[in-house]
Amino acid sequence: MAAPFDLNDDSVVVIIGTGAGGGTLANELAQKGVKVVALEAGGRYLPDDYINDEWESFGQLAWVDPRTTSGDWRVAKDFSGLPAWIVKAVGGTTTHWAGASLRFQEHEWKAATTYGAVQGANLLDWPIDAAEMDPWYTKAEDKMGVTRTGNRPGLPGNNNFKVFEAGAKALGYKEVHTGRMAIQSSDEGDRVTCQQTGFCFQGCKWGAKWSTAYTEVPAGEATGNLEVRERAHVARILHNEAGKVTGVEYFDADGHLQMQKARIVCLAGNSFESPRLLLNSASSMFPDGLANSSGQVGRNYMRHMTGSVYAVFDKPVRMWRGTTMAGIVQDEARYDPSRGFVGGYELETLSLGIPFMAAFLDPGAWGREFTTALDGYENMAGMWIVGEDMPQETNRVTLNMDVKDQHGLPVVNVNFSDHPNDKAMRAHAYKQGIAMYEAVGATRVFPTPPYPSTHNLGTNRMSENARDGVVNRWGQTHDIANLFISDGSQFTTGAAENPTLTIVALAIRQADHIASEMAKGNI
Amino acid sequence: MERTERPRGLTRRQLLSRATAAGTAFVVGAGFVAAPNAVWAYETTHLDARAFATLVQMARDIYPHDRIPDENYVAAVKGYDTADAASAITAGLAALDAAAQGKGFGSYLDAGWERDRVDILRGMEESAFFQQIRGGLVTGLYNQKAVWPIFGYEGESFSKGGYIDRGFDDINWL
Ligand SMILES: Cc1cc2nc3c(=O)[nH]c(=O)nc-3n(C[C@H](O)[C@H](O)[C@H](O)COP(=O)(O)OP(=O)(O)OC[C@H]3O[C@@H](n4cnc5c(N)ncnc54)[C@H](O)[C@@H]3O)c2cc1C
Ligand code: SF4
Repeated sequence: MAAPFDLNDDSVVVIIGTGAGGGTLANELAQKGVKVVALEAGGRYLPDDYINDEWESFGQLAWVDPRTTSGDWRVAKDFSGLPAWIVKAVGGTTTHWAGASLRFQEHEWKAATTYGAVQGANLLDWPIDAAEMDPWYTKAEDKMGVTRTGNRPGLPGNNNFKVFEAGAKALGYKEVHTGRMAIQSSDEGDRVTCQQTGFCFQGCKWGAKWSTAYTEVPAGEATGNLEVRERAHVARILHNEAGKVTGVEYFDADGHLQMQKARIVCLAGNSFESPRLLLNSASSMFPDGLANSSGQVGRNYMRHMTGSVYAVFDKPVRMWRGTTMAGIVQDEARYDPSRGFVGGYELETLSLGIPFMAAFLDPGAWGREFTTALDGYENMAGMWIVGEDMPQETNRVTLNMDVKDQHGLPVVNVNFSDHPNDKAMRAHAYKQGIAMYEAVGATRVFPTPPYPSTHNLGTNRMSENARDGVVNRWGQTHDIANLFISDGSQFTTGAAENPTLTIVALAIRQADHIASEMAKGNI
Repeated sequence: MERTERPRGLTRRQLLSRATAAGTAFVVGAGFVAAPNAVWAYETTHLDARAFATLVQMARDIYPHDRIPDENYVAAVKGYDTADAASAITAGLAALDAAAQGKGFGSYLDAGWERDRVDILRGMEESAFFQQIRGGLVTGLYNQKAVWPIFGYEGESFSKGGYIDRGFDDINWL
C-alpha cells in the first residue's frame, strides 16, 4: 500500500531519515492522516537480510561515507574517518541499537539549574520537564514494548549478566536488573520473543528487538499516507523569499538530482547529518546555514561519557551468548557531586565478538599483552559505561570544505575533546566496574576506551530562548516555522541514559503538535 | 593458500630436505613457502619467498597466538602478494631486515627469540609499513572464521535457534 506522492505535491510533510526519530514521526503522522514522504539515504533491509557476522553486517548497514575528525579524543587517532558508528538504512541506527530504553531522571531535564555553573560547559535547562514528558514516555514504552514497564516482564539474565550482577551485589549496589529493554520478553505482543541469539547490534533476525525498519515504517506505509523513498540522499533544504522552507533537493538511487516540494520539512538524519544539511543549505538569505541565527547549529556535540570494562576470569563466561545489553546497574546514575563530578552514569552489560573485540579492546595495541587478553575471550565478561557528558561550544560539527562525498557535498568534520568532568566521571566508572569484576574473581581487567560514537546528540539543541539554541520546545526551529528537527540532535543535555526512548517520546509528541498545528492552519 | 597434505608433488621428506629454515615457516626453493610439517604450503606470485616468510613471521610477532597455526597468518597477509603491493612490501621488509642488522642479527628471521624480534618491531612501530601490516591483521587475522573456535567464539547462532535452549545462562561457578 505504498503511497506515491508527486514531486510537486506541496501539501506533504517531508521527513529526512527513518531512524528512531524520523521513522517514529513518519508513522505517527501517517496514523493521523497526514501525508508524508520520508527520504532515506540508505537501502531497505529486513530481519531476513541481516547478517550475524560483525564486519559483514557493518559493511551492509553502517554509514561509511567520508567524515573527518579533530580534537583530543582517541577516536580521532584510532578511527579518524569513522567518528560515529551509525547506520545508513531504512530504520536508521535502530537496526544496530541494543534496545536499552531508559527515561531521563527528573533533575536531568534541568542540568544548568541542578549542576550550577560548570567551567567550560555550555549547560542549559531543557524547556520541558519530567512531568510534561511522562505521558509521552509511556506511549513510547508501549509502542516499543519496553520490558519492566507496563506489565512487561524483564528478560532472563544471560551468563554475562550473572557475572555482572554478582559483582554488583558484592559491591552493595541495589538497582541491578536485566534492564528496561525494547526487546520482546514474553509471548504477549506483536514481536517474537527474544531467542538469546546475541548479535543484537547486527540487526535482530527474529525481529524481537524494536526497530523502526520493521515496526513503524511498515505500519505507516499500511495507512496509505506514508511513502518511504529509499536510497534518496537529501542534499539541500530549499526556502522562499519569505524565509519558509518549500522542499528539498535529493539524489535518487541513480544519482539524479530530484526536487520534492513540501509544506513542512522535518530533519532526522542523526546529529552529524542534520546540522550538515542545515549548513549545506546556506543561501544569500541565510548565509550561515538554515536556522542558525544563534550560531548554535553544529555546536554542543555530545556523545555520552563512555568506556567499557572487560575482565577475564579463571573459568568460562561465554558472554556473547544471549542478549547483548540486558543488564544494568543504576546506582551511579544519581546526582552526587561528592564523587568529584556532576551528572551520573549507568553500567550496562555488553559483549563484542572476536572480530570487534580485536578492533576495539585497545585500538592500535599489539604484542602479547594484547593477544593474551584475546586468548582469554571465552572467560571474559564485559560492561559498557554510559554517563552524562558536558556540552561544550567547541565540541562541534562543521563543514569540511576540502573533503567531498560521492555526491560532491562537503562532509562534516567532528571536533571533540573531553571535558574535565567527563574524565573524572570515566575514572570513577572504571574504578567501580573493575571493582565489580574483581569482587567475583577477575584475574585481569581491561579499562577499554570509548568506541566510535553510537550516541550522537546536541548539535541542534532545544532552548527556551532563540539565542541559546536551534529549536523550541516542539523541535521547531526558532527561525523557520515549518522546519523541524526530529532526532537526537535536539537534545539540550544528554543525561546519563541511553537516548533512544527519549528521541521516540519526543517524536510522538512532535507528531501530535505538528498535526494539530496543521489542522489549525498555523503551519 | 592451499592446504595440502603433500604440497605440489613433493614428498614430505623431499620438502624438508630442500627447505631452509625461515622462522617457523620454510622457504622451499624459489617462490615456495611451506610449513616444516608440510600441512600448508603457499606459492608466492609476486613476493620473493623469503620475503613472504619474513612477513608471516612479522604477522605472528605482532599478534602472537601460539594456538593459531601459521596457515591463518599466511591467509592474513597473502593479500600483499600482488603486483600492486609487492614493491612497497618488499621495501618495508628490507627496512625490517636492515633494522635487525642494526641490532646485530643477520636478518629479522635470524633473530631466534620473539623478544628480539619484538624489540626490532618496536623500533619501527610508527612507520607506515608497520601500521599497514598491523592494521590489516586486525581484520585479516581475527575475521577468519577458522580462528574463532580457537578463542572459543561460536559465531552466529541464528541457524541453531539461538542460545535460548543452548546455554545462554549455563554459568555454574558463581
Ligand atoms: C551499536 C549501537 C548500539 C546502540 N544501543 C542503544 C541502546 O541500547 N539504547 C539507546 O537508547 N540507543 C542505542 N544506540 C543509539 C541509537 O541507535 C541512536 O541514538 C538512535 O538510533 C538515533 O536516532 P536518530 O533518529 O537520531 O538517528 P538514526 O537512527 O541514526 O537515523 C538517521 C537516519 O537518517 C538517514 N539520513 C542521514 N542523512 C540523510 C540525508 N541527507 N538524506 C536522507 N537520509 C539521511 C540515515 O541514513 C539514517 O537512516 C545504539 C547505537 C549503536 C550504533
Ligand atoms: S538476543 Fe534477542 S534481541 Fe538480541 S538479536 Fe537475538 S533475538 Fe534479537
